[in-house]
Amino acid sequence: MGIPANGSEDSVSGPNGEEGRGIAELVTDPSLQVEISDAVSERDKVKFTVQTKSSLPHFTRPALSVVRQHEDFVWLHDTFSENDEYAGIIIPPAPPRPDFETSREKLQRLGEGNSTLTREEFAKMKQELEGEYLAIFKKTVAMHEVFLQHLAAHPVLRRDHNFYVFLEYDQDLSVRGKNRKELLGGFFRNMVKSADEVLITGVLGLKEVDEFFEHERTFLLEYNTRVRDTCLKADRVMRAHKSLAEDYIPISVALSSLGTQEVCQLQTPPELLGRVASDEDLKLSDLFKYYMRDSQAAKDLLYRRLQALADYENANKALDRARLRNKEVKPAEAHQQLCCQRFEQLSASAKQELTDFKSRRISAFRKNLIELAELEVKHAKASSLLLQNTLIVLKGDA
Amino acid sequence: MAAEREPPPLGEARQPELEELEDGEDLFTSTVSTLESSPSSPEPASLPTEDISINSNGPKPAEIILDDDREDLFAATEEVSLDSPEREPILSPDPTPAITPVTPTTLVTPRMESKSITAPVIFDRSREEIEEEANGDVFDIEINVSDPEKVGDGMNAYMAYRVTTKTSLSMFHKNEFSVKRRFSDFLGLHSKLATKYLHVGYIVPPAPEKSIVGMTKVKVGKEDSSSTEFVEKRRAALERYLQRTVKHPTLLQDPDLRQFLESSELPRAVNTQALSGAGILRMVNKAADAVNKMTIKMNESDAWFEEKQQQFENLDQQLRKLHSNVEALVCHRKELSANTAAFAKSAAMLGNSEDHTALSRALSQLAEVEEKIDQLHQEQAFADFYVFSELLGDYIRLIAAVKGVLDHRMKCWQKWQDAQVTLQKKREAEAKLQLANKPDKLQQAKDEIKEWETKVQQGERDFEQISKTIRKEVGRFEKERVKDFKTVIIKYLESLVQTQQQLIKYWEAFLPEAKAIA
Repeated sequence: MGIPANGSEDSVSGPNGEEGRGIAELVTDPSLQVEISDAVSERDKVKFTVQTKSSLPHFTRPALSVVRQHEDFVWLHDTFSENDEYAGIIIPPAPPRPDFETSREKLQRLGEGNSTLTREEFAKMKQELEGEYLAIFKKTVAMHEVFLQHLAAHPVLRRDHNFYVFLEYDQDLSVRGKNRKELLGGFFRNMVKSADEVLITGVLGLKEVDEFFEHERTFLLEYNTRVRDTCLKADRVMRAHKSLAEDYIPISVALSSLGTQEVCQLQTPPELLGRVASDEDLKLSDLFKYYMRDSQAAKDLLYRRLQALADYENANKALDRARLRNKEVKPAEAHQQLCCQRFEQLSASAKQELTDFKSRRISAFRKNLIELAELEVKHAKASSLLLQNTLIVLKGDA
Repeated sequence: MAAEREPPPLGEARQPELEELEDGEDLFTSTVSTLESSPSSPEPASLPTEDISINSNGPKPAEIILDDDREDLFAATEEVSLDSPEREPILSPDPTPAITPVTPTTLVTPRMESKSITAPVIFDRSREEIEEEANGDVFDIEINVSDPEKVGDGMNAYMAYRVTTKTSLSMFHKNEFSVKRRFSDFLGLHSKLATKYLHVGYIVPPAPEKSIVGMTKVKVGKEDSSSTEFVEKRRAALERYLQRTVKHPTLLQDPDLRQFLESSELPRAVNTQALSGAGILRMVNKAADAVNKMTIKMNESDAWFEEKQQQFENLDQQLRKLHSNVEALVCHRKELSANTAAFAKSAAMLGNSEDHTALSRALSQLAEVEEKIDQLHQEQAFADFYVFSELLGDYIRLIAAVKGVLDHRMKCWQKWQDAQVTLQKKREAEAKLQLANKPDKLQQAKDEIKEWETKVQQGERDFEQISKTIRKEVGRFEKERVKDFKTVIIKYLESLVQTQQQLIKYWEAFLPEAKAIA
């Protein structure tokens, strides 16, 4: 599959790609549309059906459909992040591993015949847990989809060969999970990276000449930490909400069985609470999680740039030394030129990417915060109405 | 169902009544010995004579406890007892006549006027009608427990609570009065009432529990939130206890209760201390009782009682479970509140580090909203606790009282059976003596037989009496329970509604901020 440098492509995707790349605010570009139409959960694997509609010439068919697993997504992400060509781009963060563990455990515990629950309670808990399972499922699908859509929307990344393979190759990709060596290697690389960061920026006294980048670096470092923390706290709130909702189940069942028949209507608060919890989760928690990862990706970009800067500096020093000794000046010059070019390319691209990142972030937050507020109001109004109706019934019976 | 209804044995004394009845709407307090075949006739506990004369003192309690199953409010045209105002502290074989308030209704009065001699008939009809109106509880007495005040210092310190009574009942000297009482006074009151009424089948509301830990903290002077919470909890519990006690028609008439509410000085109840001699005696008795209970095998001839016994067992279990669930709820809500607070702080920090001004402001606003929500959660937690959980605790203790009453009935039955056995033995002994021809001992034996015959009769009567009382009490209890739970649930739901309304306000205020992010 060749990658024609089609000018029209770029112009079409250009404006669309830059603006509004919020979490779910991707402008659908008709030339390449990717979505996950279906997902099946088997034992411990989730199989996603990825459908592509494209008018781009390098696809053999205008409509494609393949089945992919989570590991395939991770592989795709890794090929991007390890690809030097894309060093100046913020690589969209890989989707998180589908985690049904807690939910499955809970369901299992419930099924193991806990005798302290009455039949009604059991049914309700089951319903609640199933709802939770479904929500997690939906969320994981969304995350995977968003990853692909971001790739499709990026003018450079969408043209990647591996991306096409991912979308089109109708056999199993057989991406073997990283074996232990590779995992360890990756782990060490991360450690080295963070150590390097400190070294490069601190000890080696690399002067950041560009104010823009200086500002971005400070900002990103702090932001990343903070958003990580907020994400954690948001998760805790969500969990507390859930356990509260679960608490209401036995209570409402017990009350209704106490013989006062009006009390059956007390059932509704728990369901509402549960729904509020999962909606809040979708909005807030997801938002923070995504930006935690995205800001990490931005940090990575900065890091790569710094590395390039270091390389450039080193090349400069090497060139100076070579000139002094008047030996191998040409290759040193060439190398230095290369490094300089690379660094400048990177910087330019990085600047663009970081500006995008900011606007992306702002619009995503805006959208999600608005939706959150609207949802909260909606829910509160609904619960309020329900409660008031119940009250009327109760009082009327008096 | 023997000996259910009997015409009031005191037919004669009724004449003077009617005149007063004709006074119109006013219900007078009448006291009638409940239709027990009481040998000693007109000894109904009475209201002070003054009451009788003052007819127009608003709705006065007057009720005859009639039949078994029915909660009776009977505006009876029974004689007013002109006897001594003080009721005997210890209940004689005559169960205390129950004097309960009657809903003042005009419907009732005419009926009273028309019938005079055919009492049972009146009872029937009016009872039904009155039952319908029974929900309009016009006991007209309101109790408040407030102003907990620490008196004294160190380990001898105690909390004094102000007990305020507002009433229009004439049995009290004033319409509004208040006294200072301490916790042991309440316990003393309960102990007196329990001694008098429990063993004849009245469900005496249990007093709040002692708490050595809680009180020690208060005594020592720890001014932290847990001790204020403890005092508040106790104050509310004492209030509920008194309110429940005065709602009970019979107990309301008790002079001890009156003294508790009215008199400024109250003899210190020392017997309530856990480690006192009386306390230890109580514990021993409790243990003995428990053993006895296991050995009494009662032939329950009355299906009603069997059913009720089972019902109360079930109810007890349900309530206990519900109680623990609500406590878990309170705990989780507090957790949610803590988590929300942490989240709010974190969001504020995030807002600070965000360099886009509008977004930064929005995030700070979000943090504020979440903080307010945290407050809301905390308040809701209090509501959960005070409204719900405490009620459940009260009812669990009440059910223990009900079970106690049922146990007393069993003991009563046992006593009766024992008396019968003894009588039988005496008869056999007499027969033997007859054969042995010992005239002097014979006479003694005959006397003993007479004595035991009376005892057997008395035992039977007692048993029937207690059964009757219990039926009525249980009926009343059930009604009260439904009413109580309903009130509490309504209050609880209202608090939930409040919370939701507040949430709406907060989020609606936040929305424009979010929209302003440019």
